[in-house]
This record gives sequence, C-alpha cells and structure tokens, in this order.
Amino acid sequence: MALISPSDQQKLRESFAAMPGSVRLLFFTQTLGCDTCLQTRQILDELPVLSDKIAIEEINLVLDAGKAKQYGIDRAPAIAVVGQDGSGAERDSKIRFLGAPAGYEFISLVQAVLLVGGAGSNLSAGTLKRIAAIDKPVTMQVFTTPT
Amino acid sequence: MAFASEHIMAYAVEATEFPDLVRRYRVTGVPKTIVNEEIEILGALPEDAFVEQALGQFTNDNSQFTK
Repeated sequence: MALISPSDQQKLRESFAAMPGSVRLLFFTQTLGCDTCLQTRQILDELPVLSDKIAIEEINLVLDAGKAKQYGIDRAPAIAVVGQDGSGAERDSKIRFLGAPAGYEFISLVQAVLLVGGAGSNLSAGTLKRIAAIDKPVTMQVFTTPT
Repeated sequence: MAFASEHIMAYAVEATEFPDLVRRYRVTGVPKTIVNEEIEILGALPEDAFVEQALGQFTNDNSQFTK
C-alpha cells in the first residue's frame, strides 16, 4: 500500500522531474535491534518510483562498518543524502537523517533530495556569505519528533 | 547549510527513537539544535538568528565571537 496519496505522488513527481541532478539515498540498516528500519525502508521505497533520478542504496551498518564510518553514521536507521557534482562524481551533501523519516520529517527528506538534486538553496545571500567563511568542522544535530 | 559548506555536517535526529542522544544532549523540547556538542539552540529561529547562534563563533570575520 502506498504511504503517499495519489495527488501528493503527482506533486512530488513534478518536483523531482525538475531536478537537474540525481540523488542517492544511502540507507544504513541493521538486522537486529532496529525497530524502525523496516518502516524506514518502506518510506524510502516510495521515492524511486516517483523519479528515476532517485536511487536507494541499502548498507548494513554492521557488515559495512567502513562505509558507515565514512558517512559519519553510527546507528540505524540512518539516511545519507548524496548527490553528484558537474562531472557526475559523488558529492556528499553531508545531510543525514537519523530515525525513520515519518510525518513532517518526510517533508524534510523530500526538501533535502530536491536541494541536493539541484533545485537551489533557500538560504539568504548573507547566510551563504557567512557559511563561506567557515573553515573548521561544524556538526549540527537537530532533534525533532514525528508530528 | 551542510550542502553549502564542505565543513558543515547536519543530522536530523528523530528524538523518540534515540533516548541515549536525548539524554546526552538534555533534549527536553523540540526542535533543539546542538552545534559541535556545546552550543544549544532551542526552538525554530528565523534564519539570521539561527545562523548567528549556530555559526557566530566559527566565523572568522566576526571577532566578537572568535574564541
């Protein structure tokens, strides 16, 4: 059963169709002790059918610990949003989702896909200028609840 | 912001699924943002205010916030 209504599916199809680039969603999962991994997979599976520019790649957190480390993931379920640069090489957005992207977080995930797919940044010129001055690692964790 | 800077990494954390992180960062309400384990930002702020609080001390051209 589809989790997204037909009218929302159509809107998403149109939004994704306007993206110039492709987006891979790296889904970090584990077999044991992950109550929401199945739900996360079901939510993610809704996206590639709406656009051939979106692909899901499932990665086992335990069996592929090296990849988990590379993408800064230490728990499941987690999603890393990865795009491409102009030459088609991987460009990691460094945007991550920890936990099932249900409820409002699904909208955040869609927005992240659109951003990474090339829909453009919503940030102000002032913010972009400030961000450009950052020269050391900054990690932000935004806690939310699925409402 | 993470997409705009090669130095910024952003995690959206579903609080109810990770009580260990909620305890570690004393999350009593959402949204709550933690920057580099030390800066705490409560609530959803307008963009300028959020950027000021989140990045003020990491931005070199702002001596007021440089450690």
